Parts: sequence; structure tokens; C-alpha cells
Amino acid sequence: MPDFILDVQGLETTFKTPDGVVHAVNGVSFGLAESETLGVVGESGCGKSVTMLSVMGLIPSPPGKIIAGKAIFSGQDLIQMSREELRHIRGAQIAMIFQDPMTSLNPVLTIGRQLEEPLMIHVGMTRKQARERAAELLGMVGIPNAKERLNDYPHQYSGGMRQRVMIAMALSCSPQILIADEPTTALDVTIQAQITDLVKRLRDELGMAIIWITHDLGVVAGLARRVAVMYGGLIIEEAQVNDLYANPSHPYTIGLLGSLPRVDEKERSKLYSIEGLPPVLYEKPNVCPFAPRCKWAMERCWKENPTLEMVAPEHRVACWVDTKTGRPR
Amino acid sequence: MGIQSTNNEILLRVENLMMHFPIRRGVFQRQVGAVRAVDGVSFNVKRGETLGLVGESGCGKSTTGRTILQLYRPTAGSIHFEGVDLVHFKGEELRKMRRKMQMIFQDPYASLNPRMTVAEIVGEPLMVHNVGTGKEISERVQHLLELVNLNPSFANRYPHEFSGGQRQRIGVARALALQPSFIICDEPISALDVSIQAQVVNLLEELQEQFNLTYLFIAHDLSMVKHISDRVAVMYLGVIVELADRDALYSNPLHPYTQALLSAVPIPDPVADAKRKRTILTGDVPSPANPPSGCRFRTRCPIAEAQCAESRPEFREIKPGHFVACFFAERFI
Repeated sequence: MPDFILDVQGLETTFKTPDGVVHAVNGVSFGLAESETLGVVGESGCGKSVTMLSVMGLIPSPPGKIIAGKAIFSGQDLIQMSREELRHIRGAQIAMIFQDPMTSLNPVLTIGRQLEEPLMIHVGMTRKQARERAAELLGMVGIPNAKERLNDYPHQYSGGMRQRVMIAMALSCSPQILIADEPTTALDVTIQAQITDLVKRLRDELGMAIIWITHDLGVVAGLARRVAVMYGGLIIEEAQVNDLYANPSHPYTIGLLGSLPRVDEKERSKLYSIEGLPPVLYEKPNVCPFAPRCKWAMERCWKENPTLEMVAPEHRVACWVDTKTGRPR
Repeated sequence: MGIQSTNNEILLRVENLMMHFPIRRGVFQRQVGAVRAVDGVSFNVKRGETLGLVGESGCGKSTTGRTILQLYRPTAGSIHFEGVDLVHFKGEELRKMRRKMQMIFQDPYASLNPRMTVAEIVGEPLMVHNVGTGKEISERVQHLLELVNLNPSFANRYPHEFSGGQRQRIGVARALALQPSFIICDEPISALDVSIQAQVVNLLEELQEQFNLTYLFIAHDLSMVKHISDRVAVMYLGVIVELADRDALYSNPLHPYTQALLSAVPIPDPVADAKRKRTILTGDVPSPANPPSGCRFRTRCPIAEAQCAESRPEFREIKPGHFVACFFAERFI
């Protein structure tokens, strides 16, 4: 067992809605090693964002509630921490970037002001020092004329540049962990390539660990060392990146990879489609949440929810069926 | 999957299409400029084929689609559909032509009226065009819902009761109601989850085969466009920079923009992804209100020379069926 800088165990989060209590995260456990990049993949509603927001203490409560689990970061449980304690960790030691850079920047403050703020709060710099550091950071993420552009407002930046600002802001206090929640989803492919390249370069320079949340199996393929696939509020498969794409073992992972057309495919074949819809869970699943859409499903899948089991070195799968043979594990 | 058209009949011919939106300022709303959303676009669509139209946001691909349907009246150019020029059509004439051309929209949440039932939504085109009696219409609606794999007993439900993928099926059923020959699919799957995208794309392909439909498939997802199209056109800042058969375009792109675009698409395979040579473009797309002189792409182009700023490269046929707008395309053959 390697040393994890972030160790999440048995995390469960629910939301109260008018239709009942929705179980968004149903016992998620994972570890993040130092300077490792972990990709978390899943479709909307699978619980990938809620998991990370729970870890960061950013779940609005009510309606949200963390009902079980731990998230150990440098010896302390983030879940048990008070708001005040968390404030010192968020932004300083664990930073986060979000999907939509327009709504995560304050439209009435200049880019400079927003970059200086964390430096003054977390690092204790004076305004003048923070100003200089802010210009350095903007330059580092590849914005030309950084010094002058500090005086601009967010609307004067393009989408790609705003995401660069978010990255600069996240990195300003040299965090140990960067949590990136679909940071390139709203961007065009050429800009997406710029941003992922930037993140790779900064990661190698600064040596931080990254959790990259996405629905795009293509993006994490080139970025992550390890990938976790989520479905129904659970991690259903987790493996090293090459292993996951070469030997997907959970029926959902297999279906997801099969439903993607590829620019480098030679033959045109019908896309594999997973019939049905992802579930909305009004109770903690006690059977396999994927069973209704699964072509391998057997009796046991409707009785018990499989737990994550090691099937190969560093490869864990939550499925009662060995999809290679079609027989029970 | 498009049926290979046997007769090569040209269903739609677009020539030098321009769509400029005026920019107005001041008390008197004087025109001070124009957003040149589409600025001289020419292409053909053959009956039974799927033409993919790709490009990044703001490149004019959706405007092109809407202008073809005369939802915007073009600034210049001609649009021949089944041999007649739509640009000069008005009122009743245009309404009749529209029966043959339909559209599927990107956002299945915004493109269905939340106050109408599914039966009303799918039946509306039939009512508007006075096709059949009430009973005939309701039978037709049932049939259409079956065609798109929706349970006909859902006809009296409202859109909010359906998931994104199901709503997009309702949009498809509405587009099919008048038995059109040509459908413009404007990013029909972009708003859907990955596992649902494949369901909708497979449905579109089945329907194409069944009814010999012709699609203009507008999207920014190059892998999906490759999957569904017979030919592909790449747009950048209001112009088509390259148009070719799907395989030719993806295996041997001749325009530097197409090359960069293809190299930026992530491949869901870490081994293949690591082997690739990537061209990363710098900067952003310039504003269509003030496009660069000469070649539109020159400000971001890795091989631009002085000539590119002076004149606009002609959109020329460099190989049979392979069109490209670049002075130096020969280098890549």
C-alpha cells in the first residue's frame, strides 16, 4: 500500500429533494499518491463531482449531507473539520478548478484583484508583493502582456484564457493537490489541447497531485496515471490507465469505450450503445446499480451489490461476472 | 451510415453563401460594421449522403445550417434545393419547400415547448401544413413515436417527464413528421451523455437507411462526425477551409487547420495517444467582426507566409473531390 496524501474511505453523500432523498455517493473509497494524476470518469449524475465537493466541504447543507466516510489529508479528517479549519486548507493546500470559468470568476473584480486575494489571505503577502506574484502566475499560464492584463475584467478574456486564469489562481499557493472538475468541457478542442498541455507541463514542474474529473475518456487517456470509473455513486472499476483501456473489465466501462467513435478508426462499424438510462437512486443501492442495463446480468446481480475486488495488479472491479468468460467470478 | 448514392444526384447546392449580421450603434442605430458569420461558403450535398460540417464555436457552422433553411435570409449567394433557388422564395412558396427540409436542434431542453404534450409537439408540423384529419394525425404521431423507439403510450406526457436522450428522440420524430428528404442536424448529440449519444446516432443512421434521408450533420466532435459522415467540410471563421471524402480528410488532411484540429482530438487509448504527433495551435479564434486580411487562419497558422496576409487563398479542387483553401496545400500531398 503506497502512502496516500489523500485517502478517502467509504464516503456517502445524500441530497434531500422534493421527490425524496437522493443517494448521490454511496461508499466511495480511493487514494491519491503524491504527484500522481488520477482520472475520475463518469456520466452526469454518477456522483463524481459530488464526491470531490464532499471532500472539499463544499456541499451545501441542507439539502446535502455527508452521512458516512472519512477523507484523510495529512493526518486529519477533512470531513470532520470545522469551516474555519477547512478555509485554511482550501485554496492553499488543496485547490480546485471548475468547468465554467465564467461563473467561477467574479465579473466585477479585475483579474488582478482576484489573483491577489488568495496570496494575501493564505500566504500573507502585501498587496504589492501579491501584485508581482500575480503577474508572474499569469505569465506562467501563458497569457501575453501579463502585467497589463491584470487590470482587465473577466469578460475581456476569452474562454480559454479564463480557464488559464483559474489555473493560475489554483496554483498560486503551490497546493499539494489540484482537483479539476471538467475544466476543459466548455472549451473547443484546440483550446482544450492547449489547457491539457499546460496542466501537464505545470504538473511536471511543480510536482502536485491532480484529480481530473471528466466524462471524456479521451482526455484522461493522455493525462492520468490511474483512472477510476464511477456509476450510480460508486467506483465500479479502477486501474492503471493503459490497463483500463486495454482490458476494461466492468460491463459499463466496456460499453462506454465501445460507444465512442475514434478519429483513428479505420473501419466504420455500428456504435455499441448501452440501452436505458443511468439511475437516480432514492435509496442506497443494495443490488448492482448497472444490472438493468447490463447484458451480462445474472441472478446474483439482482440480489447483492458487488464490491471492488482486485482482478489484476492495481486493477479493481466491482462486478459479479468475469466479462472475459461470461461466467461468475 | 449513409447509403452510397447511386445516381450522384445533387440535392442541395450552396454557392458563395454570405450571412453578415449588422452591428448597430448610437441613437440612430447606424450600422458601424458587420459580424461576418458566414463569408463565402460553397458546397454540394448529394441525395442520400451525410455531409459533416465541423468547426469550433463561432466558426459559422450553425449559421450556415439556419441560412440554408432560410431561417436567416442570406446577405448574398444562392441556395439551390432540388434545383430551385430558395433565396428568392417568400411566404407560401417557402412554406411548401420547408416540408422537405427539417432541422434537429442541439438542446433538447430548449427546443421542445414545455407546455405542449409530446403528441402536440410531434403533430404540430402536420397541423401547420394541413396534412390529414385529426384522427390521421394522431395515428401518424403514434407511428412516428414507434419509429424513434419511444413508447406510443407516452404521447400525452409533457417534455419534462423525459430524459435528454428521449427528448432528442421526440425532436427527431418531429423532424420526420412531414417525411422530409433533407434534415439538418445541428449538434444533435452534444448535450447528451456519452452512452446516450450512441443511442441517438444509431437511430439517425437507421432512419437514414430506411427513408433514404440526406443529412447535413453539424458538430464540433470530430470523432462522431467521422463516424456518421460520407464527406466532411471543415469551417474556420466563416469559410470552409477543406472539404473531402471522409477517409481522405481524416487520413490525409491538407489544410494546416484541419491538421491541427485532428491532432487536438483526444483518443480514448493511452498507447495510441502517446504515439501521436500533436500540433498545438496558439491563441484564440479572431473575432468574425474583424477577421484577418487574406487567409482567415494565417494568425494561428504554423506555415503562414507574407502572401497569406495579402490575398485570400482560393477554395480549389486539389485532387478529385478534395477541396482546400490554402496556398501551400501541395506540400502535404
